[in-house]
Amino acid sequence: MPSSAAQADPIPANSIPTDRRLALHRTMQTIRATETTLSRLFADGEIPGFIHLSVGQEAVAAGVVGALGPQDSFATTHRGHGHVLARGVRLDLFFKEIMGRAGGICGGRGGSMHVADLSLGVLGANGIVGAGLPLATGSALAHQTRRTGGVAVAFFGDGAMAEGALHECLNMAALWTLPMVFVCENNGWSEFSPTSTQFAATLDKLGAAFGVPHRRVDGNDVAAVAEAAAEVVEAARGGGPRILECLTTRWHGHFEGDPQRYRNADEIAGLPQNDPLRRSAEALLAAGVEESALAALVDSVDAEIRDALEAARADALPDADAAFRDVYTPTTLTAGA
Amino acid sequence: MPKPLRYVNAVAQALNDAMAADPAVMLMGEDVAAAGGPFKATRGLLDAHGPERVRDTPISEASLVGAAVGAALTGMKPVVEIMFMDFVTLAMDAVVNQAAKARFMFGGQCSVPMVLRTPHGGGLNAGPQHSQCLEAWFAHIPGLRVVCPATVADAYSLLRAAIEAPDPVVVVENKALYALQGDIDVNAPREVGKARIDRAGRDATIVTYGATLYAARAAADRLAAEGIEAEIIDLRWIQPWDEEAVFASVAKTHRVVIAHEAVQAFGVGAEIAARIASDAFDDLDAPVLRVGAPFMPIAFAKTLEAAYLPDADRIVAAVKSTLA
Repeated sequence: MPSSAAQADPIPANSIPTDRRLALHRTMQTIRATETTLSRLFADGEIPGFIHLSVGQEAVAAGVVGALGPQDSFATTHRGHGHVLARGVRLDLFFKEIMGRAGGICGGRGGSMHVADLSLGVLGANGIVGAGLPLATGSALAHQTRRTGGVAVAFFGDGAMAEGALHECLNMAALWTLPMVFVCENNGWSEFSPTSTQFAATLDKLGAAFGVPHRRVDGNDVAAVAEAAAEVVEAARGGGPRILECLTTRWHGHFEGDPQRYRNADEIAGLPQNDPLRRSAEALLAAGVEESALAALVDSVDAEIRDALEAARADALPDADAAFRDVYTPTTLTAGA
Repeated sequence: MPKPLRYVNAVAQALNDAMAADPAVMLMGEDVAAAGGPFKATRGLLDAHGPERVRDTPISEASLVGAAVGAALTGMKPVVEIMFMDFVTLAMDAVVNQAAKARFMFGGQCSVPMVLRTPHGGGLNAGPQHSQCLEAWFAHIPGLRVVCPATVADAYSLLRAAIEAPDPVVVVENKALYALQGDIDVNAPREVGKARIDRAGRDATIVTYGATLYAARAAADRLAAEGIEAEIIDLRWIQPWDEEAVFASVAKTHRVVIAHEAVQAFGVGAEIAARIASDAFDDLDAPVLRVGAPFMPIAFAKTLEAAYLPDADRIVAAVKSTLA
């Protein structure tokens, strides 16, 4: 079921200072404007392949990634743009990658479903539902073994609740007290099907079965997400795995171009009522932030995206020989390929 | 003289020495720690290196191999054990879509320094789901390395090489060889992609790997008694395989038989035969022949399994056929 604030656990009222809320709002605005731009570029034929947009889910990315420290890491999903942007990947390198240009963060080899920035602990978006869960589990294992003090986050959608990987990884993380947070972006849709038709359990019960504490928040309230994420990330750092379930909304189709005939028109029309950006803006205005400051923030983000897009359009397509590089690591041990 | 080791002890020593040499190396797998491994390939390592670096995992092949990939991307060099190669079916996403592709699809940002050790092969009457030789699947995947050590010395050196290699390596050990005795040389070169001439000969080349090496040796002995000198190349590495060594031998003998325990159809031998046909055709005096398992699952009962496994008889017949 699509989310509503009423389903979420109660949170302490607005404990986040205004300047922090502004930073979260800017991150969300960057994600929203980037995704909206990508939607237009895709419709215009400027982006090859498939893209999966996270419009409507921005508060989860901003709130959770904003709670991470530099030593932390995460693995994300096919709908992973927001998480990577929130982590601060260079916007021009991001646009170049999605548009299949030579200067993309992955050299144009991965595209939307494989954006990664290992220098920021981003272990990649992933084309396989649920596949980021074991990667994050292993990353948490490495943090624990190496004593980095880091936490690993696995982002996954509610569709991945039916994947065995979730069940296996909850078990391993619990057995080993791993510094790990399982972040479910529950938008009610498992690709083209309502999750209510796909998953017989609930995530809180699943967590309880493994003794993994579960917290559910209104995933379209960025302050609530940020507060809960800060709590579970710090709890996981020494105390073992946590689940953070964020009830959110997917405004676009499973993939861009999906006509969503399986979806009720009223549900789609009602989505802006629960717009995380609008809710965040209202909270900021109520806290005394000037409307002009929010307008300036939007203009500033738009300018950054314009510059990044311009750089991406000006960038060359990858040379054909780049298709044949980086399968193996160059090493003196290796004879041939 | 050092005391001869069993193959399985050479594996354990390679793991031990690699862990002593590099604190990033860790072991993960079902029953590898407290129980010392189902085949005892990790015996003693928990005591030597502690429970953080020698981890018993739940019976969750998909996620334990996926976790190894994530650990490798976060500074560790995991060596995972899959108890029987047949079980690797459960971990194929982690191996094929994650480990093999991360370096390439992330634009060369990272390597995935991990090893997946697993035993293949028949001869123990373990039946259709505990005996398969599936190495060709992995050799087919760009980004993976595949090695099949046939000797005790190679069980040590090639595992050390695999652990030191920066990319994911599937190390396939024939479980029928675990009791084999031999010597190791801890200072032997740790080479990737190098074959070994096991026996020199002038009349025909037998290209093989893994436990089939011993069938090839028996075949070569019988052929020698009839005045036919077969050269045996132990490939060791399936991916990359040593084209230079194979082509050099073909140029000398002009006749080739490729023998392996895995199913012949669409197998490692098919690839090598095709490459010889395209790149060394002028050196050939006879068609390239293959000796592999029939296109059948492997059966349990002793007589059924024995009928299935490629043996010296079939290699002898194939070599004679190339000379006919």
